[in-house]
Amino acid sequence: MSIPSKALVLAASLLVAGGVAAQDIKIGLVAALTGASAQSGEAITRGLAIAIDELNAKGGVLGRKVVLVRRDDESSPPKGLAAARELISNEKVAALFGGIDSPVSLAIIPVVNKEKVPFMGVWAAATNITKNGANPNYVFRVSAQDDLVDVKLIKYAMATYGVKKPGLVLINNPWGESNEKGLKAAAEAAKIGIAGIEKIEPTDVDMTAQLTRLKNAGADALILVANAAPGAQMMKARERMGWKVPVVSHWGISGGRFDELVGPTAGEAHFVQTYSFFGTLNDTGKRVLTAMQAKYGVKTAADVLAPVGTANAYDAMNLIARAIEKAKSTDGEAIRKAMYEIDDYAGLIKTYKKPFGPNDHEGLAPEDYIMVKFEGGKIVPVK
Amino acid sequence: MRGLVFSAAFFAMDLNTFFSAAVAGIGLGSMYGLTALGFFVTYAVSGTVNFAQGSTLMLGGVLAFTFGVRLGWPMWAAAPASLAVCAAWSALVEAVGVRPFARRGSESWLLATVALGLILENIVLFSFGKDPRGMPASFLTNTGFEAAGLRVTLLQVAIPLAGFGIAVALNAFVGRSAAGKAMLAVAQNRDAARLMGINVSLVVTGAFALSGVFAGIAGMLIAPLYTVSAGMGTLFGIKAYAAAILGGLGNPWGVMLAGVLLGTAESVITAGFGSTWTQMASFALVIVALAWRPHGLFGRAGVKKV
Repeated sequence: MSIPSKALVLAASLLVAGGVAAQDIKIGLVAALTGASAQSGEAITRGLAIAIDELNAKGGVLGRKVVLVRRDDESSPPKGLAAARELISNEKVAALFGGIDSPVSLAIIPVVNKEKVPFMGVWAAATNITKNGANPNYVFRVSAQDDLVDVKLIKYAMATYGVKKPGLVLINNPWGESNEKGLKAAAEAAKIGIAGIEKIEPTDVDMTAQLTRLKNAGADALILVANAAPGAQMMKARERMGWKVPVVSHWGISGGRFDELVGPTAGEAHFVQTYSFFGTLNDTGKRVLTAMQAKYGVKTAADVLAPVGTANAYDAMNLIARAIEKAKSTDGEAIRKAMYEIDDYAGLIKTYKKPFGPNDHEGLAPEDYIMVKFEGGKIVPVK
Repeated sequence: MRGLVFSAAFFAMDLNTFFSAAVAGIGLGSMYGLTALGFFVTYAVSGTVNFAQGSTLMLGGVLAFTFGVRLGWPMWAAAPASLAVCAAWSALVEAVGVRPFARRGSESWLLATVALGLILENIVLFSFGKDPRGMPASFLTNTGFEAAGLRVTLLQVAIPLAGFGIAVALNAFVGRSAAGKAMLAVAQNRDAARLMGINVSLVVTGAFALSGVFAGIAGMLIAPLYTVSAGMGTLFGIKAYAAAILGGLGNPWGVMLAGVLLGTAESVITAGFGSTWTQMASFALVIVALAWRPHGLFGRAGVKKV
């Protein structure tokens, strides 16, 4: 073959390859796939992959195959931003999913709103991810939202322990600050007082001093917003003091080896989740658990790592697929509008009924959150 | 106005809060002191300081976890094994990061020891993992008693006991034993000591190994109170150095006492004002103390600060 004819074959094959690729609907994921939060990225991947397998087995979406394209953000906002740009301009993803880190999602949001690509948050809970001020707003979420979690925590503390004056123990960073506002507002709405607010640092070895201040101020429960290691330090100080005060926590403590770090009293902290594979599952739950057993060698509900990520991602992927079907197109603007048209969807977490509206980009509400605790190294629902 | 609010908050602190803060602070401070004793030992003998002390503390905690929990060794085997590695590591720091520079009269050992500490931290990060781990409860953390309405665990008693015990032992060792006297001789006059048949470089290596053992003990004692991770020693190293300077690097007692003072100050500040103020206020106090007594609270003139 002469060189020009070789080039012709090459060009033709490229065209064919390109043609096939254009048939696929690409879904992007920018999440922590390595580093301390790698488990979260893996959990989200599993939820997306199972949902996509099911969709493709039924003939795909709009008759086209759905393909997942993943990028690692290493929990770093600049890396996540670069990955999001690459997925949008090179891979031409129809929609983009985010990971566990709120700062990364917050960095990506201006880009998706400018490029008109629907973004689905499936873990990061910062309130201003969805409430970002953009109009039109392409950002949706199937996960918890800080402000709503704060309402849930206060309500749970009051209903379960009859709490009238909780003390707040917050990590000293923007996440802690955002929850400080949310918790204060939630307590005010519930007409209860706050005994005090203590900030903790990951480097605090002994938190007895902070807890003693709250104890003396008459705190009848502790509301905790921190990741696993500093949260565990607080629990250990509480144990040393012999203070049997109820602990109600945001889900940050589920991200590490909280039960190992705390020891025997780990189960005394009740924390929020969106889903648990324990107990009686609905049909979708049974199907997803079976798929996880076949695909990832998961044996029982207890082996599902970071169930929140998997469940949120699974439901979110199915909701996006429904929106694409409604839109009859993968155009970002068409999908965004179609999100408001989704009817009923019997998902993993609940049966969604018109989950999104122009002023409501949250798929879940506080009623959908559940409370769980550590028991024997596993996360189980609080009875 | 703000000052008024602060003092009001401070005086609002009742005796119970103060005692609880003091118990926590004495424990924490003893660990600063114990680590600072390592600074004292090497400074006394060689006029150099091992800034990898924080990482050696971390090594003690990480190895005790690895040997004792991951490999399941009994603690009577895991603890000495960890300390042996800490001693060997510190001797290596001296050989690689201090001796080549000190010999030439250069003070680059300062940066070299910092660098070695960072290297160790990263090695541990890769091999041990990024996830902080937790020491399982033992009889030291489970056993406790009530004193003045306050629960105190055995570990909280053991930590200051170990710290002051070691300071006493060190004092006796330096003053009484032949090896201790050799150390003193080297500290006073290197050349004369050499002429007297003292193996100077062995004494210096020994001092560094001893400093590693102190940091290792501190790391193992603090591990059940804290989390075990590659970064656990960084802040301790800095605080311990502050304690060493505050104590004046002149005698083990002063260093140990300065550590306890620093720890108690931190804890009481946290109890009075909240932990946002802890670092700012405690280091400000250190600076004020040094401005008042430039050679440390318990030091004499003539000791050169790095």
